[in-house]
Amino acid sequence: MLVYIARRLVYVIPIVVSVALVCFMLVHITPGDPLVAVLPADASQELAAQLRAAYGFDRPLPVQFGLWLWKALHGDLGNSIATGRPVLSEVLRAVGNTVTLAIAAAIIGFSFGLLFGLLAGYFRDSWIDKVSTSIAIAGVSVPHYWLGMVLVIIFSVQLNWLPAVGAGPGGSGQWGWDWAHLKYLVLPAITTSVIPMGIVTRTVRALTGDILSQDFVEALRAKGLRETQVFRHVLKNAAPTALAVMGLQLGYMLGGSILIETVFSWPGSGLLLNSAIFQRDLPLLQGTILVLALFFVFLNLVVDIAQAAIDPRIKRA
Amino acid sequence: MTQIADVPDRLEPIEDLGGAAQPLLRVDGLTKHFPVRGGLFSAAKTVRAVDDVSFAIAKGETVGIVGESGCGKSTTARLLMHLMPRNAGDIVYDGRAVGRELSLRELRRGMQMVFQDSYASLNPRLTIEESIAFGPKVHGMADATARALARELLGKVGLRPETFANRYPHEVSGGQRQRVNIARALALSPRLVILDEAVSALDKSVEAQVLNLLVDLKREFGLTYLFISHDLNVVRYISDRVLVMYLGEVVELGPVDQVWDQPAHPYTRALLAAMPSSDPDKRTEVPPITGDPPNPIDPPAGCRFHTRCPFAEPLCGQASPKLTELDPSGHQAACFMAIPGSGHSRAPRGETAR
Amino acid sequence: MTAITETAPQTAPAGNARGYWSTVGRRLLRDKVSIACALILLLILLSAIFAPYLHLADPYQGSMIRRLKPIGTPNYPLGSDELGRDMLARLIYGGRLSLLIGILPVVLAFVFGTSLGLVAGYVGGKVNTAIMRTVDVFYAFPSVLLAIAISGALGAGITNSIVSLTVVFLPQITRVAESVTTGVRNMDFVEAARASGAGPITIMRVHMLGNVLGPIFVYATGLISVSMILAAGLSFLGLGTKPPEPEWGLMLNTLRTAIYVNPWVAALPGVMIFAVSICFNLLSDGMRSAMDIRN
Repeated sequence: MLVYIARRLVYVIPIVVSVALVCFMLVHITPGDPLVAVLPADASQELAAQLRAAYGFDRPLPVQFGLWLWKALHGDLGNSIATGRPVLSEVLRAVGNTVTLAIAAAIIGFSFGLLFGLLAGYFRDSWIDKVSTSIAIAGVSVPHYWLGMVLVIIFSVQLNWLPAVGAGPGGSGQWGWDWAHLKYLVLPAITTSVIPMGIVTRTVRALTGDILSQDFVEALRAKGLRETQVFRHVLKNAAPTALAVMGLQLGYMLGGSILIETVFSWPGSGLLLNSAIFQRDLPLLQGTILVLALFFVFLNLVVDIAQAAIDPRIKRA
Repeated sequence: MTQIADVPDRLEPIEDLGGAAQPLLRVDGLTKHFPVRGGLFSAAKTVRAVDDVSFAIAKGETVGIVGESGCGKSTTARLLMHLMPRNAGDIVYDGRAVGRELSLRELRRGMQMVFQDSYASLNPRLTIEESIAFGPKVHGMADATARALARELLGKVGLRPETFANRYPHEVSGGQRQRVNIARALALSPRLVILDEAVSALDKSVEAQVLNLLVDLKREFGLTYLFISHDLNVVRYISDRVLVMYLGEVVELGPVDQVWDQPAHPYTRALLAAMPSSDPDKRTEVPPITGDPPNPIDPPAGCRFHTRCPFAEPLCGQASPKLTELDPSGHQAACFMAIPGSGHSRAPRGETAR
Repeated sequence: MTAITETAPQTAPAGNARGYWSTVGRRLLRDKVSIACALILLLILLSAIFAPYLHLADPYQGSMIRRLKPIGTPNYPLGSDELGRDMLARLIYGGRLSLLIGILPVVLAFVFGTSLGLVAGYVGGKVNTAIMRTVDVFYAFPSVLLAIAISGALGAGITNSIVSLTVVFLPQITRVAESVTTGVRNMDFVEAARASGAGPITIMRVHMLGNVLGPIFVYATGLISVSMILAAGLSFLGLGTKPPEPEWGLMLNTLRTAIYVNPWVAALPGVMIFAVSICFNLLSDGMRSAMDIRN
């Protein structure tokens, strides 16, 4: 097991470096001089040259990358052009809100996904199966930002039950675990949960069906096990794959939150990304994407190790 | 191509050069090592799948290869077919070294192969006729001619062309599919056919039919077979000579009756002893082998069998015995007990080896 | 070697009804859900293509006094948008850009990804390692994030949106194509074809493509569903199409302010995205089960 973890850790290093390289290159695929975004419109030649040197844009690309990576490793992602504050602190503050949203959505999406998936897989071709698979396919096909709008129309505009936008009363950035704050979380969390719900349902349904059709289940029943005991075996066999899929989905929710956060003005990393894009705040854009991608890589690593821990077949492979 | 479409034409077999005395195939020092990726902290290793294997197949004979799974039988077949590169060794087809005097393309005409998995060895998207006709077309035969040939060959392997030509592989039974694979191999008019566990996956009754078909086809087309199987009964039935492999090496070879009646290598004896016999009186007293074959990544030093051999002596762990002629029939074995003067306590006394 | 194979006649198509693809076709035709989805998609596609001949209102012509009319208003069967433009016309014309930016990335990714995957899977070795390790890097990004990152860096615009989505789907299709190709390549019938002396190009054409393209195609069809949502999403964020072009994602964005006035009109463009997306998903599922012929 330790060897497995060590090996996975070693494999992660080139991925992390490549991810950093992609993030670094983002600034350089931007059309025009990256300096334009930093430079006041009426800047003099001298100022331009000064800034160019300050940002290191006058050096060859590999050197720039090395310097940038070195700084990034020390937690220095530069300063936001718009606010002048360090990118890292901006990003980490926003990520906290995104994590809150993603976990809430994960609780909803995974519970319903597991429930629907197990029911559908266990009662194949019954009406339960048909309803579950329909919900699942709708979940993975719905444009979630639109679903967010529809929920706002129903619950905020028409019924006036829940707030439409924001993350707390009075637009304050302070989050709290009381109903005054939680009601802001309800609609974004439900909206975020539909895709993972659909994917978990489909995965678990297929897994359950496959496991139930294997010979060992027949053998368990022949041994006289009660159906609840058989069910425990099914769960045990489905767990590693289901866990991996859920881990991946959690990563997608964290990294892909921009659309929903935009719809609900949820002050997370997605909204930050949105403002970075439209203010051409390249250091902030670069930093946010790097942090989110590294988060995703790290999550994948944890999932892999957790999967190996509960699935005896993986270590040997 | 000026053939008339409805007259089946076949590819001419490769010309017989050396006459009956020259072996159809001679293999010399054939070796295949697979690299195995080492772990994080360990160096890469190699599996010696086939290690310095030499033998010859005379024209018109059937040579069997037997051995446990993993002993290198199938790798040998694929090496002979040049489906994978070899590390060392010469393959000489009718006196012509492959790659030098004989091109790979010519070799493919002269040597064909039937695989174990009858379903996996047919393209599921092609009809049976198309599958058989593919090879001749690759070698320049016109489409209509190749299809006519395919139908004729279907008849030869006992499948009515009208019924089977346009079917897809999943629409016929396992035995029928294997007949199709045989027809496909014959379509290039080879002189040597390698049968790699070709009947092993079939039901016993179907297996017997296919074996009989192979015997008939051999006579009709003047074929030479290399018959690879783990089933000793089948090998004895069909083979003239047999080769016993263990962990990538040939440990014994000779006429099939000789090997069966007087096995010289303890591994051969153990294999034969493990064979279920219908006659209780014919049970041998030799202890069957125990344990699994050693890991081929790390084969034991000396004789590779000494870790499982009931007669092993210190000598066996130090030197590896060479294949040695036992009698004029061509019976050879690689065991110190069969080599006169080898130093093994059970070795025949007399003149020193070589 | 290939000189001779190329002069050899092509394999004629099987002239009977039991062929693999005709079996799949028949099974698909029996699947009512797939047929319904195909018809809906066809309807949306054809109406978008032939929109100018459908006697619709001008999708660009607004009217300040007829803004945000509800559904069912005379002359405005589906109401009007925030600039008083006819919603029905805009929804139908919107299909042109929406389908283009949603489908084209998958088509491009299919072409390039399949080529890369075939090469990686068939050649193997170092070529495979080089291609697949590069693919792994892109897998380290959640697809939405990657699309946003590239679009955000390149700037708004239809071309940039198509480019960024192609980059998102290319690794995914490459990975599927590689694994399918490797699977088929290791099958005995490919070995048998090599043993009969066929060159790599002939083997690829006769034995590989037919077995490999089906599964990749099905996968790509499913991706269109994701692509539609993402492409419209980019426009929704302001990274894709620019006003006043009718495009469903952009319409959803500009109508956001209208949810307090005329909510159901504001939600309409999303219905179109949803419909196209779910139809492609169901169609992909239908094709997958139709192709799963076990004997």
